[in-house]
Amino acid sequence: MQHLWAVPHISRRAWKVWQRNLEVFVKTWKVNFFPPFIEALLYLFAIGLGIGTYIGGIGGIPYIQFIAPAILAISIMNSAFFECTYGSYVRMYYQKSFDAIIATPLTIEDVIAGELLWGATRSVISVTMMIPVFAGFGVISLPLSLLVIPLAFLGGMLFAGIAMCFTAITPSIDTLNYPSFLLITPMMLFAGTFFPLTLLPVFLQYGALAVLPLTHLVIIARMFTLATLSWTIFFSLAWILVVTALFCVISINLMRRRLIA
Amino acid sequence: MQTRQITDHEVSARVPVIEARDLRKTFESINAVDGVQFAVQKGEVFGFLGPNGAGKTTTMRMIECVSPRTSGTLLVFGNDPDIAPAKIKQQIGVVPQETNLDPDFTCFGNLVTYARYFDIPPAEAKKRAADLLAFVQLEEKRDVLIDKLSGGMKRRLILARALVNNPSLLILDEPTIGLDPQARHLIWERLKILQAQGNTIVLTTHYLDEAARLCDRLVIMDNGKILVEGTPADLVQRYVGSEIVEVEKSDRVLACLADMKVSYEIAGDMVQIATESARDIARALLDNCQPGKVITRPATLEDVFLKLTGRTLRE
Ligand SMILES: Nc1ncnc2c1ncn2[C@@H]1O[C@H](COP(=O)(O)OP(=O)(O)O)[C@@H](O)[C@H]1O
Ligand SMILES: [Mg+2]
Repeated sequence: MQHLWAVPHISRRAWKVWQRNLEVFVKTWKVNFFPPFIEALLYLFAIGLGIGTYIGGIGGIPYIQFIAPAILAISIMNSAFFECTYGSYVRMYYQKSFDAIIATPLTIEDVIAGELLWGATRSVISVTMMIPVFAGFGVISLPLSLLVIPLAFLGGMLFAGIAMCFTAITPSIDTLNYPSFLLITPMMLFAGTFFPLTLLPVFLQYGALAVLPLTHLVIIARMFTLATLSWTIFFSLAWILVVTALFCVISINLMRRRLIA
Repeated sequence: MQTRQITDHEVSARVPVIEARDLRKTFESINAVDGVQFAVQKGEVFGFLGPNGAGKTTTMRMIECVSPRTSGTLLVFGNDPDIAPAKIKQQIGVVPQETNLDPDFTCFGNLVTYARYFDIPPAEAKKRAADLLAFVQLEEKRDVLIDKLSGGMKRRLILARALVNNPSLLILDEPTIGLDPQARHLIWERLKILQAQGNTIVLTTHYLDEAARLCDRLVIMDNGKILVEGTPADLVQRYVGSEIVEVEKSDRVLACLADMKVSYEIAGDMVQIATESARDIARALLDNCQPGKVITRPATLEDVFLKLTGRTLRE
């Protein structure tokens, strides 16, 4: 039995799995492309016209501009996470797609890598749909905000890796609800998204920086959309890179353990 | 001394397509495959028969390089599945026991997508997909989603999918399970064509008539072990004899048979006698024992199977 952190061998064939998922996605583009677009609009109206009028601003920044990068970061998180939990689980368990593919020259490592890449691509697609809306309403600054697109790929890989670990160990599709409401929902609220991290007690701030992946994604996205770059971006980037690599590797090894008997 | 160069062709003629020695697979405490040995030669149709749980699927999955063996030797095209799985998988076509077509695609889409996993260029993939749909008579279902297919159509499509990479070895795990006679016959015909083209075919089945009809050679497995190996006709002759007399069971008949010193087997309310001359036995029974119904028939693989694996029901 291989160790969980053994670096898996992945071939370029992984992209064929990515391509399969992309084709299915494009075939049903009408239901797939618009949700992020609509979501961005809904947030703009609810926050901009609603809540935003009660909240003057945060540190001199209009509230809607404060949360726009958080909405992008949350969308990065959700797209990859739900793709690589429910989406991958359906393909693995109900459709037996992975079984079919590993009878071809692809290995299980290739298949999971392809799924992870696809999860990250979903994040890229989501923010690519949202950025024009936010830009159109002038709540994010251009051109620096365009960097959120490559960031979405990195952040997407991060959450795809985390998601795939749960998919690899979940006994059924229902138990995937646990990580989504015990991990994803709290992160959505407490990772410096809708209010600044500094409002939390100090130990919780450090806690969030240490263990909540979304925190770092929000920090970087906010630097881009508010055009307020600082050197701490390297700390957050390094955190994301290391944790992404770790979870992606572990998820592939866990999947191998689950599927190759 | 002058030594002659051995050509590739001569090597491949001698190396079996599949070679297994003391092959084992253990799941926790179950010895699913418990030290089997067999060799499949190029161009033959080789069958694995056995009751449920015998270890057929597990053996197929090891050959397909999707399940690593626990111990023993296994070579496919002379390659070890643990070392060169991609090289082996590139050359085999698999019809798995469980249908796993991609429900997100049409029939045509399934074949084209699958072809891509084998690095077949798109234009070539489309051509092959069209040809293969014709081969399994599914042209009319070209643009239909998998959910809309009957069981028989799905099995045919899976066969087409297994052929998309022009495999030189085809592995079929219960290819006709649950199909109506028409669909079974179509698949049999297609397999005969493939065999005639020189393909090597390995198949598992519960259907003894299917095995007798298709297989050049077969093994009967039970509890992870191979019980016997041979051609269907050989096995029937060796383990049963040429003919069977079936006679309704009664005390009179049993006493008679004891007098005649013939060995018999009780199967439900019938008594079965394996013999070289069914006629003589039947006549003797009719003359002396007032039997109920008497049937004579040629011995079949089914008789061998039941004799070797017993009549107890398996899960
Ligand atoms: N993945 C697995 N985990 C545990 N046991 C298994 C697994 N696959 C097969 N088995 C067991 O191995 C034995 C052989 O199964 P299988 O090869 O499917 O038999 P067959 O195909 O001849 O019906 C059975 O007892 C089965 O329960
Ligand atoms: Mg089986």
